Amino acid sequence: MAAAITVLLDGVASGMLLFVLSVGLSVTLGLMNVVNLAHGAFGMVGGYVCVVLLNRAGVPFLPSLAAATLAAAALGWLLERLLYVRIYGRDHLEQVLFSIGLVFVLGAVADFFMGARQQLIQLPDWLSGRVELAGIGLGRYRIFLILVCGAVAVGLHFGLVRTRFGARLRAAVDNGPVARGMGLPVGRIFSLTFALGSGLAGLGGALGVEVLGLDPNFPLKWLVYFLVVVAVGGANSVMGPFAAAILLGVLDVAGKYWVPEVGAFVIYTAMVVLLLARPDGLLARART
Amino acid sequence: MIRAPFRALGHALPWLAAAAGYVLLPEQWPLLASIAIAALFAVSLDLIVGYAGVVTLGHAAFFGTGAYTAGLLAQAGWGEPLSGLLAAAAAAALLGLITAPLVLRTGALAGLMVTLGLGLMLYEAANKAAPITGGADGLQGVEIWPLLGLFRFDLYGQTAYLYSLAVLFLLFLLARLVVASPFGLSLRGIRGNGRRAPALGVPVRARLTAAYALSAAYAGVAGALLAQTNAFVSLEALSFQRSADGLLMLVLGGLGSLYGALLGAAALTLAHHALSEASPIFWQLWLGLALIALALFGRGGLTGLLRRLADAAARRP
Repeated sequence: MAAAITVLLDGVASGMLLFVLSVGLSVTLGLMNVVNLAHGAFGMVGGYVCVVLLNRAGVPFLPSLAAATLAAAALGWLLERLLYVRIYGRDHLEQVLFSIGLVFVLGAVADFFMGARQQLIQLPDWLSGRVELAGIGLGRYRIFLILVCGAVAVGLHFGLVRTRFGARLRAAVDNGPVARGMGLPVGRIFSLTFALGSGLAGLGGALGVEVLGLDPNFPLKWLVYFLVVVAVGGANSVMGPFAAAILLGVLDVAGKYWVPEVGAFVIYTAMVVLLLARPDGLLARART
Repeated sequence: MIRAPFRALGHALPWLAAAAGYVLLPEQWPLLASIAIAALFAVSLDLIVGYAGVVTLGHAAFFGTGAYTAGLLAQAGWGEPLSGLLAAAAAAALLGLITAPLVLRTGALAGLMVTLGLGLMLYEAANKAAPITGGADGLQGVEIWPLLGLFRFDLYGQTAYLYSLAVLFLLFLLARLVVASPFGLSLRGIRGNGRRAPALGVPVRARLTAAYALSAAYAGVAGALLAQTNAFVSLEALSFQRSADGLLMLVLGGLGSLYGALLGAAALTLAHHALSEASPIFWQLWLGLALIALALFGRGGLTGLLRRLADAAARRP
């Protein structure tokens, strides 16, 4: 019983983390139809920024997280303006090649400066260890993850539904040419959204050093998980990918805990089956 | 226009280069054999990506299936190479036939994800099925009998190179015939306009399935060649890296001409050989930069460049 609750908590925490890492991809891939296999690279950049600041410069944990988010967002914005704008609307093969190339380049750069080994961070005291609740030990860092990522999810949901920027983004995505005709700066909306998504990936990468690990292989290793979240969650809301990410996180942790010999096979199979069953995402609205 | 004798020379050029390589570079026979195998894999990808227009991220699944089929056959005591190739082609084609409906069923984007997922599934399955495949240690104890009962696979790679080159040559000729046939033309029609093709009476799904299985069989033969000439199969045969390398070769050489696949495979394998000796990180960096540049500026790859040069030379009085 206690094991089940621990697994559930760990699963929810890593699912929340996956959500923050992949929500940006659900915009670029799901809404803008750009095959961006390099999304995880922004998470990797955020992770390395956090590691360097924390371990080498001695910056406290929370400012390091903020810096990682900003650095990944800035890189995302720069790359979107310089390179990604050129591949919008091109065919999928070119987008695939471009984004794999970007993964290789950023991976090589990370490898050159940081080495191929796994990076480790020392969490501050107030985040390490466990708290006892009704006789069940709960990791403090897991609770922290759930709170932070949950806040991000709620913020995104209301940002998309309630704010002017959210309304503009939905308009630009629903029908770009008409939105442009109505005077909306569609290009600028997309690049801001791209930067936001990259920044969140950076935050997820920084938060995930302790949970998911961090090495130059990070973008490709977790790529399938991001794709599953997007493919399963659909792209029309924040809550679809959120639910998909939680489900995936719980399944993944439970699978690794109870049937470790099967390993990642479960996740890949689930991805293929779900793609075939519901190609537009689990919570996708009915096509008109 | 390029005059006819030059055109014939152009068709013969890759094979003349391969023969020259055999005579002039005997110490590089293993490298040349790996070029021939990579070229066959790129030709296989060209059939499905370049001609049929179905982008795949998991073609290594078929390469690896062929490699493990040939390797397991030899390990089980049947090391005859040619029948091993046939078995590998059949196994890969079967896998292609089974998976084609899954890949073609959904839209282009979801289909792309399905190929990726299937490729990773197979990799993970081979990794976990260590008692059969050897897992991360690779498949050991592969013994290949002499080719046609006459030519042993030697340490210098002589048999390996000539064998791979002969298989590549024959399958290349076959592929030329296929793409020039009405079947090949209908594939190009589907790629050109997938909605109009059925209106012209082309059975789109059936044609794409056939092309997918054919391409899978080619990839399976390439994998079997690798297994037989190295007498070893590793998980790398199924890796995502191999799928990505194949796509890069194809796009570097130029899509949809088959010659581009040969050129791209040779260029990439040689570059890999030269650069990765310096450092694997450099190789990854250059590979990435090449991919980005190709995606942004590449129009038709190396064959496109050659064609533009030839056209410019022909226009000059």
